[in-house]
Amino acid sequence: MNAQATNPDITVSAGSGYNFAYLDEGTKRMIRRAILKAIAIPGYQVPFAAREMPMPYGWGTGGVQVTAAILGASDVLKVIDQGADDTTNAVSIRRFFTATAGIATTTRTAEASVIQTRHRIPEAPLSEGQVLVYQVPIPEPLRFLEPRETETRQLHALAEYGLMHVKLYEDIARHGHIATTYAYPVEVAGRYVMDPSPTPKFDNPKMDDCPALQLFGAGREKRIYAIPPYTRVRSLDFEDHPFRVQSFERPCALCGARAIYLDEVVLDDAGGRMFVCSDTDHCETRRADGHTGEAA
Amino acid sequence: MTPPPMMPLLAFQDVAKSFTLHLRGGAVLPVIAGATLAVHPGECVVLGGASGAGKSSLLKMAYGNYRCATGAIRVRDGDRTIDLAAAAPREILRLRRTTLAYVSQFLRVIPRVGARAVVEAAGIEGGLEPEVAHARAGDLLARLNLPERLWALPPATFSGGEQQRVNIARGLIADRPILLLDEPTASLDARNRAVVVDLIAEKRAAGAGILGIFHDADVREAVATRIVDVAAFRGAMAA
Amino acid sequence: MSEFPTTEPLLTVSGLTKRYGRRLACDRIDVSLDPGEVLAVVGESGSGKSTLLSLIAGEVAADAGCVSYRMRDGATRDLAALSEAERRALMRTDWGFVRQDATQGLRMAVSAGGNVGERLMGIGDRHYGRIRATALDWLARVEIAPDRVDDPPTRFSGGMRQRLQIARNLVTSPRLVLMDEPTSGLDVSVQARLLDMIRGLVAELGLAVIIVTHDLAVARLLSHRVLVMRGGRVIETGLTDQVLDDPQAAYTQLLVSSVLAA
Repeated sequence: MNAQATNPDITVSAGSGYNFAYLDEGTKRMIRRAILKAIAIPGYQVPFAAREMPMPYGWGTGGVQVTAAILGASDVLKVIDQGADDTTNAVSIRRFFTATAGIATTTRTAEASVIQTRHRIPEAPLSEGQVLVYQVPIPEPLRFLEPRETETRQLHALAEYGLMHVKLYEDIARHGHIATTYAYPVEVAGRYVMDPSPTPKFDNPKMDDCPALQLFGAGREKRIYAIPPYTRVRSLDFEDHPFRVQSFERPCALCGARAIYLDEVVLDDAGGRMFVCSDTDHCETRRADGHTGEAA
Repeated sequence: MTPPPMMPLLAFQDVAKSFTLHLRGGAVLPVIAGATLAVHPGECVVLGGASGAGKSSLLKMAYGNYRCATGAIRVRDGDRTIDLAAAAPREILRLRRTTLAYVSQFLRVIPRVGARAVVEAAGIEGGLEPEVAHARAGDLLARLNLPERLWALPPATFSGGEQQRVNIARGLIADRPILLLDEPTASLDARNRAVVVDLIAEKRAAGAGILGIFHDADVREAVATRIVDVAAFRGAMAA
Repeated sequence: MSEFPTTEPLLTVSGLTKRYGRRLACDRIDVSLDPGEVLAVVGESGSGKSTLLSLIAGEVAADAGCVSYRMRDGATRDLAALSEAERRALMRTDWGFVRQDATQGLRMAVSAGGNVGERLMGIGDRHYGRIRATALDWLARVEIAPDRVDDPPTRFSGGMRQRLQIARNLVTSPRLVLMDEPTSGLDVSVQARLLDMIRGLVAELGLAVIIVTHDLAVARLLSHRVLVMRGGRVIETGLTDQVLDDPQAAYTQLLVSSVLAA
């Protein structure tokens, strides 16, 4: 997000033959305009002319375009997939920007200026000046019940969100509680209802009043939306079935952390398994600080 | 004959009715012309004349079921009169709830509803309190000798005579001042005909005015305060 | 009626006209409806009766004419002058629309309880227990067993789907319900049950109803007044039994004579 990106001297990345961060400057400006509009209308899905990217849909083409449009030469990029920095998707995207923009990358949440994520929000609190870019497969929270795009737009325009509660009602009717555990719908700044992308609902409270800017990019669906810093983000619920996050019985087996989101790791064919931090950076940082869990 | 001092409950004034049969090349079938008659409280005016003379048509016009081509059909509604020939549909519906009762030969009700409930519903529609309607429905069906085991059953499965008794109970349950009876005793046995004669007498005593068609001579003799020959209205048509 | 002005009509339609190309689907239709009054619109396919319903509901824009409605606050408003938000709010609170095709009137992937509860959630009810209790109450009123509350309508018979549509529409106590051929396509015995139920609810709740039907028996059973349409025009109108028993217009006579003892 640093201003140097528009400096003609650095728009061509050294040796790659690509324009800085792959996209041409005209495209970036178009995307930035969409981002500005999205920030101005929190939670509103702004259509944009998504480009073909040199990776398949589902690999984060929306997030990559948003990141490409905001990166500056001095930015430090972190990319996570399900909380991990070392999965294929995260590694590929990090390499992509290293190659096309020549920027520095990191796995440390605190050191990153731009964090592109698929399916998680880091455990470490984000700070002012940071940008969290979400990869979004299906941006429309009402799509589950209303297949017509014309109708969902109308519903957003009129703030008719009864339908969203029908989905939650169905959850309770079927499971006795709100069983939606990811892509849990939120109301942003008291107006638009938004799909937070397939992050676990565990992360929903982190979106509320967050000091960092949160941007959402959906490549296939060609939509960008945003939550500006310090914006009220409320998870939808019923009076008698209030929103609750998942809780885990055990701490992380490696670093002993509690009240964080855990992944289940299968250890052998005999049913052996352990629960570890989904956020690999969080886990490593804690272990470097001397924390240990039962398996460490 | 000097007219009774009271205002009539129902008065036909120079009423004419014909059917235009568009499906038969627009043929006009005259039914009634120059019909003038009045029904006063306590009266039972019986329409006489051959079959096809227009007796049923007169009753249907009095109920607003048939339109009236010319003339007026005045119905007393409290201290006003309303001309059925010119009344709006809503007005006619209101009069049917408050003032006009009609008993035809045939019972036309929806399936699934039991006989007593059918009668009761007619009472409630006619302004009775639900408890009163319930009690009165039972009384009427009992007086009309409808076996109590049938009360909960839908009348669609009943015999013709049983259906007709339900129909009579339905028509008479509420306290409407004008009763229009189209052969209500046609398929009843002597015992039940006698019950209907009694019921009509009670309605008259209570001040109702009755206009009816009775083919059965005994019943006609027993209930009629006056017989009007409808053939006279066809005479006027020729004139 | 002019003798003593009673209530102002609930709905007034005047000069409503809709053209599809050169064909007039509705030609200067005038209708008024009082609270609690049931009007049947009868005619054959293509008579314009369903278009009339869509025009009244504002789903299709009229070329000319006006639909005005007396809102719950007593003010009579031209529906075309309502904002989209107001129109939709009206449709999901004070109006109902029961469709011929239940899949158009229900959410087929949502449970029966969710279908009934949607309008409540739409007007801001956020208490699951209360919404579900109300849904169960309404299912009982339309004779759907409580153990079906979590089944989607895809598992319901045709008659049950229509009953569910009715519950879904009536849950917010609307004053006007539009019905488009609600019983067609059902078995005769199922039709009778549904008609009986509609009749009971309409009387009990004092609903004003406009029901479009090609079935004169349905019109006779449910409606106070009838409007006969052909080629987009009103051929004849009046008290239902009067129009059916003593039809004046050639077309109405044809219509009445073409059915088996309506």
